[in-house]
Amino acid sequence: MMDARAIDKGRIVGLLDELIERCEVFAPVMSDDVVLFDKIAWGSEARLDFGNSKRLPKEAFFPPSEVMFIYEGAQAEAPPSKGDRVLFGIRPCDARSFLLLDKVFNTPDYQDAYYVEKRERTCVVGIGCNRPLSTCFCTSVGGGPFNEEGIDVLLSDLGDRYLVQVISERGRRLLEGNGLLGEATESDLREGNRIAAEARERVTSMVETEGLRDRLMGMYDDPFWDALHQKCLGCGVCTYLCPTCHCFDVLDEGGEQRGRRVRIWDTCQSALFTLHASGHNPRPSGRERMRQRIMHKFRYFVDNCGEIACVGCGRCIRNCPVNMDLREVLSGIMER
Amino acid sequence: MKDLSQQIKEVARSLLQDGKVDLVIGYENGSLPLRASPCFIRSAGEVERLIWNACCETNLATYLPDTNDRVGVVAKGCDARAIVVEIAERQVARERVVIIGVPCEGIIDRRKVASRLGWKEILQANLEDGRILLAGDGFEETLPLEDSLYEACLTCEQRTPPVYDYLVGEPIPAVDVIDPFREVTTLESQGADQKWAYFSQEFSKCIRCYACREACPLCYCPECFIDQTQPSWFGKTNDLSDTLIFHVVRALHLAGRCVDCGTCSRACPMGIDLRALNRKMIKDVWERYGYRAGLDLAAIPPLSTFKLDDPQEFIK
Repeated sequence: MMDARAIDKGRIVGLLDELIERCEVFAPVMSDDVVLFDKIAWGSEARLDFGNSKRLPKEAFFPPSEVMFIYEGAQAEAPPSKGDRVLFGIRPCDARSFLLLDKVFNTPDYQDAYYVEKRERTCVVGIGCNRPLSTCFCTSVGGGPFNEEGIDVLLSDLGDRYLVQVISERGRRLLEGNGLLGEATESDLREGNRIAAEARERVTSMVETEGLRDRLMGMYDDPFWDALHQKCLGCGVCTYLCPTCHCFDVLDEGGEQRGRRVRIWDTCQSALFTLHASGHNPRPSGRERMRQRIMHKFRYFVDNCGEIACVGCGRCIRNCPVNMDLREVLSGIMER
Repeated sequence: MKDLSQQIKEVARSLLQDGKVDLVIGYENGSLPLRASPCFIRSAGEVERLIWNACCETNLATYLPDTNDRVGVVAKGCDARAIVVEIAERQVARERVVIIGVPCEGIIDRRKVASRLGWKEILQANLEDGRILLAGDGFEETLPLEDSLYEACLTCEQRTPPVYDYLVGEPIPAVDVIDPFREVTTLESQGADQKWAYFSQEFSKCIRCYACREACPLCYCPECFIDQTQPSWFGKTNDLSDTLIFHVVRALHLAGRCVDCGTCSRACPMGIDLRALNRKMIKDVWERYGYRAGLDLAAIPPLSTFKLDDPQEFIK
């Protein structure tokens, strides 16, 4: 399948504009000093020169709030499906997160209609990370700065142009007949390989995950959790900026005659997350909630889906208001 | 003069050794450049972790209502103002806290610094003589500290804690800030459309993580109005009307209580101008009642009392 092209950087805007004519395009955009991952109307809005977006590409499949249906009288209506979509400029960690989310929302036993419908009409154009951030630890959790998993087309920044590697059939169809792309030369490919290898070396942040799940098996009542949560404020930053978090709540808004059902993100860091109707809360404090977040990602998900539910993007580390550092938490567990 | 970190360690050590407190809450070095992280010290042997510098941004008063321990707490001017309100509102017993006051010259605004560097990743930061020395992949930069402080610090008048049990370092006299409500006046002078546009833009960034609320020392309600489900008063979606109403009601609930520490803005991952509404409330309460929250343990908060000559021209 591997099919390599190249495109001058000056032509990327043209390529995006061409894609926008055919489908919805989402890309990293800068808004008030924050990099979002949002729908673009013009190719020139896309920013490919940032480490990673703050808002998550997964929102394209699993938005923070999503109307499931509206009803009036006895009539209910789900939002209509739209056409093809492209997520452009996804970092490999985020692309890998889609595969982990698939294990939750699209399994043989259960297909989440809202997620699957959007996922299936979406093509993922990734971009490798020449310069991973100091908080990136993708290589410790099964990924890498030029990892192709979950990606249909992978761009590599070669300085004045991008190497464009077509990885899947969907990616091939996306770029078919596009006149802005030229054939990649042998030297482009060599340069791409060199940059990818160098980038991997540049991921210096390492987390020991070998045996982590087994260690967590015996730690449910460990005093480790008592101290760990003390400084945690109990906000939802780490979960709402996490590419693999997928917990949600379902709300009914309105009355008997008309209203809507909305799915919104939920966070295990909130007391409300597990509050029972009786008033009992099985996770009454930060201790249990912090434990849940770690256990879910590094033990339960491993047991249920065979992989760690963390792609090493470092967002929770960079954005935590009190600088709770997941890497330190994990090394603390390994030292127990 | 001994450095402030050293003095904090000494006070903490003696408090713990003498059994005067069970716990000292202070700051330790964070894992990232320009970050300090809250730390909880329960034995004298651990006090070496404690530090003080211009990165100690979290308002530690936020941890006090949640604990029944006797706590020694490191407090900047703004943190101590929040503690005063917590005590006045009977959320924290005065005898349960030992305030280790630190005169503060302002806290570094990480986003301001990152923006000055064109968002290049900072790998190293050192503070030295009023300057921030920064280094990253292929660059070195020096920024003056005074140009890199949080907006809340620029209008902070009480840099020395108004109430304390120990004070490390020399008190900084109250600062006379010129035109402290300039940005509020500007917003007030705008038309409804402009205000709507401004606040719509700001609050549309909200991801409903509630970091603002959780970081706020005065958001201590056991059950926040936004979390109530029976009935569910307000929507919880990311629709603008839902996020806007949360922030407006939160600001109103802080009227006459907010000490403008700015910890909400610092905690917000999306960089929302959360202080705009709070500053407006502070200005109104000041103009109507001549009251500022957090300065005096004995003062009765204006919204908790009634006087016959209270301004009431809004009652038509």
